[in-house]
Amino acid sequence: MKNSTHFKIFFLVFTFLSFFLVTTDTHAAAGEQKRVEKHEWTFSGIFGHYDNAQLQRGFQVYKEVCSSCHSMNYVYFRNLAEEGGPGFTPEEVKVIASEYTVIDGPDDFGEMFEREGKASDNFPSPYSNINEARASNGGAYPPDFSVLAKARSTERGFPWWFVDLFTGYQEQGVDYIYSLLNGYKEVPEDFKLQDGMHYNEYYPGNQIAMGQPLYDDSVEYADGTEATISQMAEDVSAFMMWAAEPKLEIRKKMGFKVAIFLFVLAGLLYYSKKKIWSRIEH
Amino acid sequence: MSKESTYIPRNGFAKWFDQRLPLPRMLHDNISAFPTPRNLNYWYTFGGILTFCLVTQIVTGIVLAMHYTADAGLAFASVEHIMRNVNYGWLIRYIHAVGASMFFLAVYVHIFRGLYYGSYKAPREILWILGVIIYLLMVITAFMGYVLPWGQMSFWGATVITNLFSVIPVVGTTITEWLWGGFAVDNATLKRFFSLHYLMPFMIFGVVILHIWSLHVTGNNNPVGVSVKDKQDTVPFAPYYTVKDALSLVCFLILFAWFIFFNPNILGHTDNYIMADPLVTPAHIVPEWYLLPFYAILRAIPSKLGGVLVMGAAIAVLFIVPWLDTSKVRSATFRPLYKQFYWIFLVNCIALGYLGSQNPEGLFLVASRICTAYYFIHFLIVMPVLGLVEKPRPIPESITKAVLEKLEIKNSKEEAKA
Amino acid sequence: MSKKDTKEPSRRDFIFLATGAFAAAGAASVAWPIVDQMNPDATALALSKIEVDISQIERGQSITVKWRGKPVFIRRRTDEEIQMASRVDVNSLPDGNARNNNLTADSSATDENRALDDNKEWLVMVGVCTHLGCVPKGQSLGDAKGDYGGWYCPCHGSHYDTAGRIRKGPAAKNLDIPVAEFVNDNVIRIG
Repeated sequence: MKNSTHFKIFFLVFTFLSFFLVTTDTHAAAGEQKRVEKHEWTFSGIFGHYDNAQLQRGFQVYKEVCSSCHSMNYVYFRNLAEEGGPGFTPEEVKVIASEYTVIDGPDDFGEMFEREGKASDNFPSPYSNINEARASNGGAYPPDFSVLAKARSTERGFPWWFVDLFTGYQEQGVDYIYSLLNGYKEVPEDFKLQDGMHYNEYYPGNQIAMGQPLYDDSVEYADGTEATISQMAEDVSAFMMWAAEPKLEIRKKMGFKVAIFLFVLAGLLYYSKKKIWSRIEH
Repeated sequence: MSKESTYIPRNGFAKWFDQRLPLPRMLHDNISAFPTPRNLNYWYTFGGILTFCLVTQIVTGIVLAMHYTADAGLAFASVEHIMRNVNYGWLIRYIHAVGASMFFLAVYVHIFRGLYYGSYKAPREILWILGVIIYLLMVITAFMGYVLPWGQMSFWGATVITNLFSVIPVVGTTITEWLWGGFAVDNATLKRFFSLHYLMPFMIFGVVILHIWSLHVTGNNNPVGVSVKDKQDTVPFAPYYTVKDALSLVCFLILFAWFIFFNPNILGHTDNYIMADPLVTPAHIVPEWYLLPFYAILRAIPSKLGGVLVMGAAIAVLFIVPWLDTSKVRSATFRPLYKQFYWIFLVNCIALGYLGSQNPEGLFLVASRICTAYYFIHFLIVMPVLGLVEKPRPIPESITKAVLEKLEIKNSKEEAKA
Repeated sequence: MSKKDTKEPSRRDFIFLATGAFAAAGAASVAWPIVDQMNPDATALALSKIEVDISQIERGQSITVKWRGKPVFIRRRTDEEIQMASRVDVNSLPDGNARNNNLTADSSATDENRALDDNKEWLVMVGVCTHLGCVPKGQSLGDAKGDYGGWYCPCHGSHYDTAGRIRKGPAAKNLDIPVAEFVNDNVIRIG
């Protein structure tokens, strides 16, 4: 009897909310922001994991295209060799690091000096500070890549924001970034584009300060993969996800073990409870 | 309620210790042997779950504080340092962040259990009030904790809420600047929020002790709302309710673990992964989900002062619930009319929560106002009136009778099937 | 209660035992991250080995580098300093142990066992006095070097010789020599 009442209530809640939520969309921006599609990633889902080759390609895109404007301050060169990452060897990491110049000091004369990067260094910033970054990019600050994949999202509306709670969907950021990188299109006739801005289907307001960063064959992949825009966008997005969540693989692996443990323990406790309560009438 | 201690020291040391500090005795009497109604259902396990949540937050919080830096220039970086460099830092941080949400989920279940079964009614008024105090302390603690990562939502949420104090006539701005330690939310604010965020859980812990103490003076309520009459109405807390609480806790942990390991950021806001910028306001400033109903109420009222007063009243009204409900019957099980209004009230609160996440304009604003009005109607009109006009169903004579009746019905149903 | 007695105790107790053991294992695995987070983190571990460029150090010059939060003295000794150290009878030393982590624990404190290279030019030592932890003087040209021409600790008056061995004063042990090796002619790796 109680259960049917609860069901009635849930149904009422659902219809009540649906009325409001499906009909109106308060997040429509000035231009028409195209809806971001869900993309398939190797790291999504309960058994998600990174694809080493993809992360290495993504790193190459970052290094050759993005890093001229975008810093990645919280990522260290040594992270590239860590478990659950692009899978470079410590020797390769040493070489990669040494190709960078980092600022160190002060030396014994009180001066800051430049030296080769070491594995223990973090990725250096292309600019000395935010102001320089803004000045070099028409007032717009190219955001740091370290957690960018977690700092972006897509509006999914009802009931998706509820459903997403239980499907483990956490790739909203990379789906958006992937779409954005593929989203540079010809300016529509009736659209007023401001000076210095570029048209993008997915950016809120459709005007983005960043010029199209990727063109076919912008990069020559070390593993010979064809470097289409869509391929590079996918690879660099995956790389950004790793940069934001380097512990993703170990987190999901641990989660699986914890889940098994808790289910077994719940079972044991259930039978214990039944045994103990069988002593009295209840 | 029998208050005789049943503790018997088992050995010489236990006897010696008991004569000097009756701590084992107190633990035995209040945890092991405490006479608890035999008919408590799983909705009654959330007190234990909440205690677990509090301990979890304190332990993970203290550990995080070993690595966190409360400085506007370093806070965001220190959180990333924890996530990337500290051994298991990512795990501890996610437990703490998800734990806050789970803490509030559990407290809402706990509160709504109380509202359904009349757990706030005499003689448990103080118990209820202590609970509301704990809830208020939780809200303040969570608010300050959210500021610490110094993301965009941290900063702007803090700005919006601290700005509310400026509505106080005459001294409002002075008080706000005193809170800030400056002319806007800045480093000084962050530092004091860190200090207070560390302190308040221990205040919560103290009030929880009072809460449990007060519960043990009156004894637990139960689903039929009939007071304990004699010994057979109760069972010792251990092992019956220790095992039931443990089972419920583990099921709760399954949900908790799901979020930690498979979707740790979904309950938060992506804008908080952008470092705080005093010169750029996010498109939509929203608090964490558990504060959304109050946010909806705040923005439903057109005036700033009005909004603050009504939002405050929404919490203040909780304190007087024991006196608002005039019914002589405790449990909604026997109050068919109140039961309907209870569910409507629950739906109303969920609606307020949703509305808190939307822009207060158009249909959403209208709905917010209706739901805010209804929130107060439920407490100030429905609760008092219903107790006077409702015809309750006949209540059982005792807990034992209620349990046996239920068993009879269950057994006869099974016999009819066979 | 009679119901309890008629049931087989072993079957009933087993489930409680299993549940308890499982829960205890769970509690232990939760406790470990809480404990481990206090261990040195990844940034500390990353700096647990450092490489030092020694190509600019002349004979008779010293540099101090930071390793694991402590000063490390790197000195390129003169022939005179090497001779002074070699002439000393090891048995007369207050501490006869080489304290060199690149050798076995029982190596004696001969000058060969203190130097890093075969020419005995290079001395690499942790610059922390073995008495109570002050940083001894002797690295800079104007510093006091103590009675034995090496290093002198101003805190309580310990004197170290040109091989960094304790000769006089309250310190009981020679200056510690960390794990170190030449990566090539210009670079020493410490740690």
